[in-house]
Amino acid sequence: MPVPIGNYLALASVLFFIGVAGVIVRRNPLVMLMSIELMFNAANLLLIAYARLWLQNAGQIFAFLVITVAAAEAAIGLAIIVTTFRPEKYVDVDEVRELHG
Amino acid sequence: MIAFWLLASILIASAVWTIVAHKPVYSVIALLINFAALAVLYITLSAEFMAVIQIIVYSGAILVLFVFVIALLGSGVGPFPAGPNRLPRIGLPAGLIILVALGFVVYALSTAVHPPAPRSPAVGMPGVFGSVADFGKALFTVQLLPFEVTALILMVAIIGVITLGGEQMQDAEAKSSRVKADRAMREAILREGKG
Repeated sequence: MPVPIGNYLALASVLFFIGVAGVIVRRNPLVMLMSIELMFNAANLLLIAYARLWLQNAGQIFAFLVITVAAAEAAIGLAIIVTTFRPEKYVDVDEVRELHG
Repeated sequence: MIAFWLLASILIASAVWTIVAHKPVYSVIALLINFAALAVLYITLSAEFMAVIQIIVYSGAILVLFVFVIALLGSGVGPFPAGPNRLPRIGLPAGLIILVALGFVVYALSTAVHPPAPRSPAVGMPGVFGSVADFGKALFTVQLLPFEVTALILMVAIIGVITLGGEQMQDAEAKSSRVKADRAMREAILREGKG
């Protein structure tokens, strides 16, 4: 493994916190979901980098599981966005007051 | 090593572009570049199957879903709010959170650059590790439980999406029946007026 694991750790951390910043700063729910995808990908990168470091398959399998979770999350999140914002004029999460859990 | 730095710069630049782009379509394009670069990085980490899955699932399915939703909401619904316009209100707490998080990262980096070796010995062979055959064999034998959990997660997602979509369809049906009743009433009034 020519690239040290610290580089992957740093890259994944930077990507993860770009995703966190996107979720905190943006108001558009679509971009917030995309930022969540960025965070999923950062976690995946670390799983796969450590799988390569230790030559264990489990990391790749769990990255596969994370991709499935991301796909499910994107499908449900986009369905919620469509059902919530379709009658509204503007797409803005701060205007949503109907989601009482 | 050169490939790593090149891909890392592409990844970070496209990630930043994703969250600062003014239109969501540009965010999707930036995210597409990000996922493609990540797939190449997976190949350099000898995770062939994960690279292919990254392209098929993320770029092929999830991003197309995003594009569909943008097309659905963008047509005749109204403009999206432009830009990162939440900053003035929550700039301070957001900055604090990111500062604390980056501090945590620096701490983790300083301690975890030389990770301890795993308890169990490495199972993969340097030449075979990460190939599709190796991955598939592990997926269907040793790691069967995560694979089944995957199926369960997809099932839950399907049920959730159908539930959400079904409500909307019922609303649409009720609306259309109301419109029909209105039209029938109007026609009846017109007929009475003529007679």
